[in-house]
Amino acid sequence: MKKSEIPDPFAAQRSKCGYETIDDQNDPVTMLLRHKDVRKTAHNYKTFTSETIPGRIVVPSEVNIRDTRQIPFEVDPPKHGAYRSVLEAWFKRPINADYQEALTTIVSSIIEEMLAKESLEVVNEFALPLQSRALTLLLNTPFKESEIWISWGTHVFRSEGEALDADKAIVLYDYIDRELDRAIANPSDDLYSVLMQSDFDGRKLTKEEAKGVMVLTFAGGRDTVINAVTNAIAYFADHPESLERLRKEPEIITNAVEEMIRYFSPLTHMGRVVTENTIVCEHAAKADSRVSLCWASANRDENVFENPNEIVLDRKINPHVGFGFSHHNCLGATHARQIMRILVKEFSEKIKSIDILDMKENIEKWGKFQRKVGYHKISVKFNATTQ
Amino acid sequence: MAKITFITSDEQRITLEGYSGSVMALAVENGIKGIDGDCGGVCSCATCHVHVAPEDLSKTGEASEIEADMLELDDDTDQYSRLSCQLQISEELDGLVLRVAK
Repeated sequence: MKKSEIPDPFAAQRSKCGYETIDDQNDPVTMLLRHKDVRKTAHNYKTFTSETIPGRIVVPSEVNIRDTRQIPFEVDPPKHGAYRSVLEAWFKRPINADYQEALTTIVSSIIEEMLAKESLEVVNEFALPLQSRALTLLLNTPFKESEIWISWGTHVFRSEGEALDADKAIVLYDYIDRELDRAIANPSDDLYSVLMQSDFDGRKLTKEEAKGVMVLTFAGGRDTVINAVTNAIAYFADHPESLERLRKEPEIITNAVEEMIRYFSPLTHMGRVVTENTIVCEHAAKADSRVSLCWASANRDENVFENPNEIVLDRKINPHVGFGFSHHNCLGATHARQIMRILVKEFSEKIKSIDILDMKENIEKWGKFQRKVGYHKISVKFNATTQ
Repeated sequence: MAKITFITSDEQRITLEGYSGSVMALAVENGIKGIDGDCGGVCSCATCHVHVAPEDLSKTGEASEIEADMLELDDDTDQYSRLSCQLQISEELDGLVLRVAK
């Protein structure tokens, strides 16, 4: 098995019955594994709600570590749509040329910096700083803020060996509170200030609502982006021929990025709470129980994807759910896609090959499933293209 | 060459000339409001949803199964719905009128 391979641990169960119930802090979750069920359930917000106790739709549940409702993530339509329309234009800024130019500078300079090194540890020396520096563009905050975010480590809520870490959450919450207070006192053109001045439902957004958006922005785009970036580097280490192909055929970069998102599925699954007794995938789901939409399994569904366990760089039809599906699809996807497209382009131009020196895989445990989602550590050496 | 007209949600009519590639790409390049094409045209995001003018249905043909499955779960879908990333520009599309979905 190649080092960059991400196996599909769900295949047998997906084909056998399509779901599996796992425990999570005594609030069990039935994971839905088939593409069709995942999409239908994601779409049916009336029977499968996101608007429950804050933190309960996340697996592992965060109900014991936070009270702030993440917005628009933990709100159902029609209110969800109203929040989303307030945020949509801001989160689409990554399609602008000047945004992409600034992002290219960030990506290019960190690659140049790492090319000079004999070896680097990708997660902490590359993916985390890149994610944090890129986030200054999405938030429109000074570049220097990224130093604080880098110091928080790879997951804002989690520390190694401990899935849920209330102390880390407090660091983030206090930081966001301070930034929102600053934006209220001295508004600028950053996201905090824009949120505090936004109209919603005939009034301004409250500080608690703005905080809900900011927590989502920080938490949702943290380990997901880090995993996507790190996995891409591991993939290129095993596949120098792909770097060469992308160098010669840059027009397939968009397809390649969608395919990587499908294959990596940086977020394994996301939960919903059942609002009425119902049947899903021939399974009786009781009111107030939890189900989860397993994006990682749906993205390997052999009924939808040919050669699901291969990265087909120019895959043309790719209805993956790597950014979720329907109303609650990823708000940060435009930003994430630009990071990945620019990263792949810069890599193909600047790097000929990558050597993996050492690695420790990050394996999640979900009941009987063990899923590789990325790496805790992976040390590599970048080798430049000869100019 | 094909002339394709887009009607946006604010009732603007914009006619563009295209030679190749997808209708979505033509719309994105020309900044047609409401067509984002986030996924770049691989049928995974449904941000390029259009309604084909009823008299033009014969020009576009029918959606593939994967496209139809995608549209089935979009709130604004009707019998004239297509994802414009799946419409390839050719002379057959000349005169096509598309209403951008909400």
